[in-house]
Amino acid sequence: MKQEVSISINGTVYERTIDVRMLLSDFIRHEARLTGTHVGCEHGVCGACTVQLDGEPVRSCIMLAIQAEGHELRTVESLANGVDGELHPLQQAFHETHALQCGYCTAGILMSIEPLVESGEPLDEERVREALSGNLCRCTGYQQIVEAVLLAAARRAEAVE
Amino acid sequence: MKPPPFELHRPTSVEEVLSLLAEHGDDAKVLAGGQSLIPLLNFRLARPEVLVDINRVTELDRISASPDGGISIGALTRQAAVEASELAVTRNPLLGDALRLVAHPQIRNRGTFGGSVAHADPAAELPVAIVATDATVSVRSRGGERRIPAGEFFVSHLTTVMADDELLVSVDLPAVPERCGTAFEEFARRSGDYALGGAAAVVALRSDGSCASAALALLGAGDVPIRAREAESAVVGRPIDAASAAEAARQAVRDTSPISNMHGDADYRRRVVEAMVERALLKAAGRAEARSS
Repeated sequence: MKQEVSISINGTVYERTIDVRMLLSDFIRHEARLTGTHVGCEHGVCGACTVQLDGEPVRSCIMLAIQAEGHELRTVESLANGVDGELHPLQQAFHETHALQCGYCTAGILMSIEPLVESGEPLDEERVREALSGNLCRCTGYQQIVEAVLLAAARRAEAVE
Repeated sequence: MKPPPFELHRPTSVEEVLSLLAEHGDDAKVLAGGQSLIPLLNFRLARPEVLVDINRVTELDRISASPDGGISIGALTRQAAVEASELAVTRNPLLGDALRLVAHPQIRNRGTFGGSVAHADPAAELPVAIVATDATVSVRSRGGERRIPAGEFFVSHLTTVMADDELLVSVDLPAVPERCGTAFEEFARRSGDYALGGAAAVVALRSDGSCASAALALLGAGDVPIRAREAESAVVGRPIDAASAAEAARQAVRDTSPISNMHGDADYRRRVVEAMVERALLKAAGRAEARSS
């Protein structure tokens, strides 16, 4: 069963004719050609495919592409200012604290944690670990990821003051 | 790891959903948040011919105050919305305790309250929470509406009393007793995983500190959420302390039959549930005391 869809990702509208069973993660990667979003377990456990649906982190591998119609999606490509441009402060903090090794899980982690950092809520280690409990990383042991998030949050708080 | 082909319907009203369910019967599955169903499709463990996506049925996305002091939650309300609802977690603090343990924040952003109840996973928190708080589940078909006590809603693993043409529309939770404390305790191998065992407790205290009423529901102790009625009666009238909580916990798991699998055998799980009952009782009693002092 095929259907025409019109899906907005990072402010660009993608019009395609797709099978209704197409997963959102496959639409993002294969139709919109935005390969920053990674697919890990494909059953909602690893968090690698996390994107933002109307600003809220969701797993794109356990949602149908067609269900994203009428919503605004954001992927990791929306963070930095272009391919060679300035990194998002959260990405910059990840870079500085060595919060990634292979980087496969990073896009999902960034999209999971970005709304929390941007909310300005005071963060501590426990809160960050809770918010990232749904994102698996097999390289880092998480310590530097937590440090990166706290660093970005501290810088944001300073900038606001 | 991709869903098998299906015919998709995306109705916008309950009436339309009910017509589709009446037409397609057991060939159809209702798709709400999809946080359990889509993994089942990806694994090809479920192969429904027809999916009825209810995400556009906005009338089912609501939380409202009931005149009796309780709350009514529409089936499509996202778990994160219930968790963030001051009204919901004030009137039924057990929901707040339970929701924090439901998978991960990303899942709760999409997963729905009604979906978790209708899915009837014996290791899920929300079915246990609604059994512990004597909620009523409303289901509708073209033939009319049925209101089913939560304790009678679950039949076995992933099975409820709902017929193929019925849609879960709302869950009504009555007011919790005055001067009560709640707690939801569970043990999982990793944070956010399905728990090996757990327990929900709602405890009300008298002014002398003894237990006025207790509700205890068990997670993972059988193929449905279990109310531990005998253990509840055993603590009523007594102060809840280490000894009475341990005794109630032993009694709560006495005749239960948890499943055995690679993550833990039945004996081990029974001991986990027992420990969770004990913890939940003590925590709920402590919170009740803090509220009334």
